[in-house]
Amino acid sequence: MIVQAGTEGRNDPVIAVRGLVTGFGTKIIHDHIDLDVRRGEVLGIVGGSGSGKSLLLRAIIGLVQPRAGSIRVFGEETGEAGNPDMRALQMRWGVLFQAGALFSSQTIAENIQVPLREYTTIGTGLMTEITAMKLAMVGLPADTAWKYPSELSGGMIKRAALARALSLDPELLFLDEPTAGLDPISASNFDILVRDLQQSLGLTVFMVTHDLDTLYATTDRIAVLVDKKIKIGTIDEIRRDPNPWIQEYFGGARGRAALAS
Amino acid sequence: MSPDRAQQEAAWLTTEQHNDVLRLAAGGDWTISRLSQLDRELRSLPASNNPVEIDGSALERLDSAGAWLLLRTRRQMEAEGAAVETVAMPERFKPLIEIIARGDEKSYAMQQPMAHPFLFRVGRGFMQALEQGYNMLGYLGQVTAETTNVIGPQKKLRWVAFANQIEQTGINALPIVGLLGFLIGIVLAYQGADQLRQFGAEIFTINLLGVGILREIGVLITSIIVAGRSGSAFTAQIGTMRVNEEIDAMQTMGLNTVDVLVLPRVLALVITLPFLTFYADVMAMIGGAMMCYVDLGISIPAFMRQLQGAVTINTFIVGLVKAPVFAFVIGLVGCFEGLNVERNAGSVGRLTTRSVVESVFLVIVLDAGFSIMFSILGI
Repeated sequence: MIVQAGTEGRNDPVIAVRGLVTGFGTKIIHDHIDLDVRRGEVLGIVGGSGSGKSLLLRAIIGLVQPRAGSIRVFGEETGEAGNPDMRALQMRWGVLFQAGALFSSQTIAENIQVPLREYTTIGTGLMTEITAMKLAMVGLPADTAWKYPSELSGGMIKRAALARALSLDPELLFLDEPTAGLDPISASNFDILVRDLQQSLGLTVFMVTHDLDTLYATTDRIAVLVDKKIKIGTIDEIRRDPNPWIQEYFGGARGRAALAS
Repeated sequence: MSPDRAQQEAAWLTTEQHNDVLRLAAGGDWTISRLSQLDRELRSLPASNNPVEIDGSALERLDSAGAWLLLRTRRQMEAEGAAVETVAMPERFKPLIEIIARGDEKSYAMQQPMAHPFLFRVGRGFMQALEQGYNMLGYLGQVTAETTNVIGPQKKLRWVAFANQIEQTGINALPIVGLLGFLIGIVLAYQGADQLRQFGAEIFTINLLGVGILREIGVLITSIIVAGRSGSAFTAQIGTMRVNEEIDAMQTMGLNTVDVLVLPRVLALVITLPFLTFYADVMAMIGGAMMCYVDLGISIPAFMRQLQGAVTINTFIVGLVKAPVFAFVIGLVGCFEGLNVERNAGSVGRLTTRSVVESVFLVIVLDAGFSIMFSILGI
């Protein structure tokens, strides 16, 4: 969310995937897929269970090594997540994992401060203030800071994990099923929060989701993973696609209800 | 603002006094990696109630931490009674400043809860230890009651789980128990021979080995290995099930966790530990006999004759009779701590450590108890 483009051009895609192939054993999950994520957009990734939504996210952030193809983020080829060369890139993105992945032995404040301690030289006073600011940003009360993840509800964990993902002001945010496991009210508040932050901070968001309401409420474009391939477009474009899975997804009772709301 | 300074530093702040108005000009990259110096400068601004102007025209980049610094300075000055005006803030930074200003002002004064005083912590630790002992006693009662159920007339012991545990805690432990028993035999024989030689009483090394190993060391070493190997595994297995809510799932299906998880483990250990102890005894004797042969030149038949004179069947039984008791305690503590695990990852590790420390402690305390009992009984 640093308000200025980096070295690469403004119109270059933030994420550029070309000819990506991934799989487990003999099973191919992604068969030569291409995907561009534009600066400042919210892209929703949908697909049936096992279609490789989370795997695509994990491949982009370097947790899974692709069998073939290239993945560029901010114009740079990505490598393995543990590689020190990836650090500069990792500082520019934040990841919200499905179950939050907060460090369970640390308080929420310490969790948010992990990237701050690792990558900056700011003093403890400012660090505390920034922690409090991030908590307020994601709508958590200040006393959450001293609690441990095990003391929080699912929705609060998601918010705290979002605060940690935002702690270094990333330009790119990865969300893995951000609303899964939340009640409809919390989920819709979370949608508003993501959209809000995305607009005021100028974030690019890559979001894996099952939630049709979230798709309608937050995304600019969606990418559908079907039959090992990917189809990208606005919701309206995708809904016109004759693919049976897509028709069932958007035409089913839930799809129609989400559209009507 | 001075261009020189702008070139030297990527983020800068200048203060200028125009008549009454203090003019703060911010410029460059106000991003988190460059803020530690600015933070100090802004904190050390003298308090005054003169009007202030914050000029953002030279800002090139601004992130939420930088925006927070501007906002904090503004609020601080306003609290001192100064009229603060922000001028020439570039349009593109305004949404960011707004979203940060939206936060509740009070929430930024984050107060760490008071650390508890020393005496409080001592008291709490003592009460926790008492409670732990009380709970363990209750648990002992529950497991004992269930055990009588299982081996009583209803006979509903889960045989598959039981056999599986026998394999894991007994058969799989044979190599390590055997090796350590063998080495202990060697060490004891070597040290014993060394000391007893000074009195010309090398032959009594065998008595030392026989009594020491069979009565005390064999069963102790085996129990400690099993506590470290199987007791910790019990805690970790059951603890992980607790974290995954598997225990809750079992309870809702009407399964008794003591029946399903605890008894197969505890009973398997009660069966295997005496056998392991016997095995360790034998291996230690072999190690000792080998050392006596190498170091003292005592032949194997001579070793056997001396051993026969040194120990009676009672010596051996006294050692072996302790094994099931120790096994019961190790199994009980391991399962008890496993069921105590809370739903976070750190808890499994902490309680696994505690389970091993507690069971080794209890084994040694019980061993001392047995020694006193046997000496009163004159065995």
